[in-house]
Amino acid sequence: MTEPRAAGLSGFADLLDGLSFAGGRNAKLKLMADWLRTTPDPDRGWGLAALTGGLDLPGVKPALIRALIEERVDPVLFRLSYDYVGDLAETVSLLWDAEGTGPAPGLAEVVERLRVLGRAEAPVVLAGLLDRMDAPARYALLKLATGNLRVGAGARLARLAFAQAFGLSVEAVEEHWHGLEPPYAELFAWGEGDAGPPDLSARPLFRPFMLAHPLEEPEALDVAAFAAEWKWDGIRAMAVRVGAEVRLYSRDGNEISRTFPEIAAAMGQEAVLDGELLVRGAGGVGSFNALQQRLGRKTVSAKMLADYPVFLRCYDLLFDGAEDVREAPLAERRARLRDVVARLDPERFDLSPDLEATTLEQLAELRAAPPDPAIEGLMLKRRDSPYVPGRRAGLWYKWKRQPLNADCVLMYAQRGHGKRSSFYSDFTFGAWAPDGQLLPVGKAYFGFTDAELKWLDQWVRAHTVNRFGPVREVEKALVLEVAFDAIGPSSRHKSGLAMRFPRISRIRTDKPAAEADTLETLRALGG
Amino acid sequence: MAPDVRHWLQPRPEGLYLPTIDVWIDPARPVQRAIVTHGHSDHARGGHGAVWATPPTLAIMAERYGAQAGALPLAHGEAIELGGVRISLHPAGHVLGSAQVRLEKEGAVVVVSGDYKRAPDPTCLPFEPVPCDIFITEATFALPVFRHPPAQAEVARALAALKANPDRCLLIGAYALGKAQRVVALLRAAGHVAPIYLHGAMQRLMALYQAHGIDLGDLRPAAGVPAGELKGHVVMAPPSALADRWSRRLPDPITAMASGWMRVRARARQRGVELPLVISDHADWDELTATVRELNPKELWVTHGRDDALVHWCALHQIRARALHLVGREDEDD
Repeated sequence: MTEPRAAGLSGFADLLDGLSFAGGRNAKLKLMADWLRTTPDPDRGWGLAALTGGLDLPGVKPALIRALIEERVDPVLFRLSYDYVGDLAETVSLLWDAEGTGPAPGLAEVVERLRVLGRAEAPVVLAGLLDRMDAPARYALLKLATGNLRVGAGARLARLAFAQAFGLSVEAVEEHWHGLEPPYAELFAWGEGDAGPPDLSARPLFRPFMLAHPLEEPEALDVAAFAAEWKWDGIRAMAVRVGAEVRLYSRDGNEISRTFPEIAAAMGQEAVLDGELLVRGAGGVGSFNALQQRLGRKTVSAKMLADYPVFLRCYDLLFDGAEDVREAPLAERRARLRDVVARLDPERFDLSPDLEATTLEQLAELRAAPPDPAIEGLMLKRRDSPYVPGRRAGLWYKWKRQPLNADCVLMYAQRGHGKRSSFYSDFTFGAWAPDGQLLPVGKAYFGFTDAELKWLDQWVRAHTVNRFGPVREVEKALVLEVAFDAIGPSSRHKSGLAMRFPRISRIRTDKPAAEADTLETLRALGG
Repeated sequence: MAPDVRHWLQPRPEGLYLPTIDVWIDPARPVQRAIVTHGHSDHARGGHGAVWATPPTLAIMAERYGAQAGALPLAHGEAIELGGVRISLHPAGHVLGSAQVRLEKEGAVVVVSGDYKRAPDPTCLPFEPVPCDIFITEATFALPVFRHPPAQAEVARALAALKANPDRCLLIGAYALGKAQRVVALLRAAGHVAPIYLHGAMQRLMALYQAHGIDLGDLRPAAGVPAGELKGHVVMAPPSALADRWSRRLPDPITAMASGWMRVRARARQRGVELPLVISDHADWDELTATVRELNPKELWVTHGRDDALVHWCALHQIRARALHLVGREDEDD
């Protein structure tokens, strides 16, 4: 919707609100592109950084925001409000008792102030900024500061909007994106036609991953044209070395070198490798649970390194030395990859093996009986495919194992956040123990349709037996068919089991709770 | 200490009950004798044996449920006495005809607010503060995040959006009783004189308001009007019609909704609303707490809504308060 654009931070607040309320992807793209075209530098650069998750304001933590509001609002009233609104920034923006007198600070002013904010001065500075703003500007500031905009537009969509705003190809923008820093002066100069694309040849850049479509019609596959390999259940990662600079990136382009220092240290070849991070376990690949112990850590203890040693199982090669080989066919890239991996420490790097299959039946057999539990299916890649960012039709397919299924009983429901903040949308379910107790085995918050969510929400409200803050315990009466990719031992639940990637596939009102599955049955599915 | 009124006034899940005279206030099912505070369907049900309410509320009930055989009009300020209980109705500022119920027995005064607001509304009489020992309040928006901005400013935003998008129509979703008429009256007060087009479910109550002397200007049915003629115009519909097939034939509507819930973005998103308008016929947090302070009752009872927050606020301010947990009150559209 076209409305007169407000200046400064409230203009960004308008953009966030517009994105929140805009229906479709195209409407969101247009809103962002318009804002990027019409907002001056460096405001738009900081806004773009926020939209793409690239804005780091380390001095402002959710804990600080909570502390500030709890000095001003009774803690119980704050908690009840937060529980209802479901979003910290929005709750605080509405509760903050000031009407924004005087000139409101601009976006760049706020960001530049908050970026260099020391811990000791943070409370006073942040409170002072919030006092100068009205509720929408406070919302924008707190969203920026906490780094989670939740406006239904992710980083990729924002980069696409940038490309559309300035008539650039999104591939070219993606390619250059990861070498640049906010507020992206070079990027906007390129967009406005004042300069060529930024020169990034000497930097250890993230290159967007090539992704696969699910294989929908196996019968239509031209098997001879495709190479097959296992789809490993680890963390997709990219190892990059340019000169002496080494970086390890996750699938979304975040740097994870420090989380997996042994990989970065062993990256002795100048190359860009696409592979899967896995933990070495007894006699092969460790479980995903073991790998999870290593995730999200900024520093890693020696014990962690020893207990959960990680290696990169390589799928593909993007750069061989300084040479960009992405245009070369897969078969050639795999041959060169074999040579590169052979020169690396086998403790840290190995090759994802090629699979021999000439017919669909052979592929189906491989898929049905993989030799390792860390395999979640097959990858099928056209032998002549170049390495292109994103999901391109017809080039790569993933053919996952059939999901496992179990009938579980709903035990607890919790209110969701964001768009679902008034709905009970996080469901904990259990299976029967031998002594007739129901024990939780997993938690799922998707898989159902909007209509089913409404139904579930109503059911939860009508069958509540206990309330614990935002959580309701319900009558043990509703059976949910849960689909999941794997199940294995875990200390997270009292049942001693945890599911990987559980989702609710059906609501089984037809099935009495007593006939739901037992823990024994579930354990057997784990193999 | 508040006087003990339990022998003659009892909160029950289905409504407030006066056992010595067998009268219910806003009962959730048909009863022998009822007092109805206002015409919203979660307060006013048809089919009571006898029903006291203000003349406009009785007119609204007749419009919705057909003529009520037991209708007993009781004007604002007028009093009756039943078995030692003195009963009178006082303006609540919620919708046309809305009333608070003042009850007095043996020197103890209880006021039942029904739903109310303190913000000005051109379509109904303003809330009248009535001194009392026990004040029984609603708490629909009893969270400090709910602060309703001036309704004129919200309507001005809507008109600005309409002006900026001459090829679209402005589709405003609003509760058919009260909110819709208030929004139209505010649009008129803001100088919008063009015809306003109505969803079929809006027409009869609009006419009823006009028959009560409230000027709503040129209102026309939207049915049968070609989409092209609706460009640049306001169309009013009940909230349920916003995402319905009904709205598909409109010319690229700017979907707005007038409701206190629009203060929270997630609510607006769930509704698929493009232009949220924070306009409510209920008291917001500041109005609720200011009303409690102003009346300074010895005890506060809370009928429905976010009672936990208001009861907690009372505890912080050393006011005795309890939640009644009345059932069947639905304000999700307001």
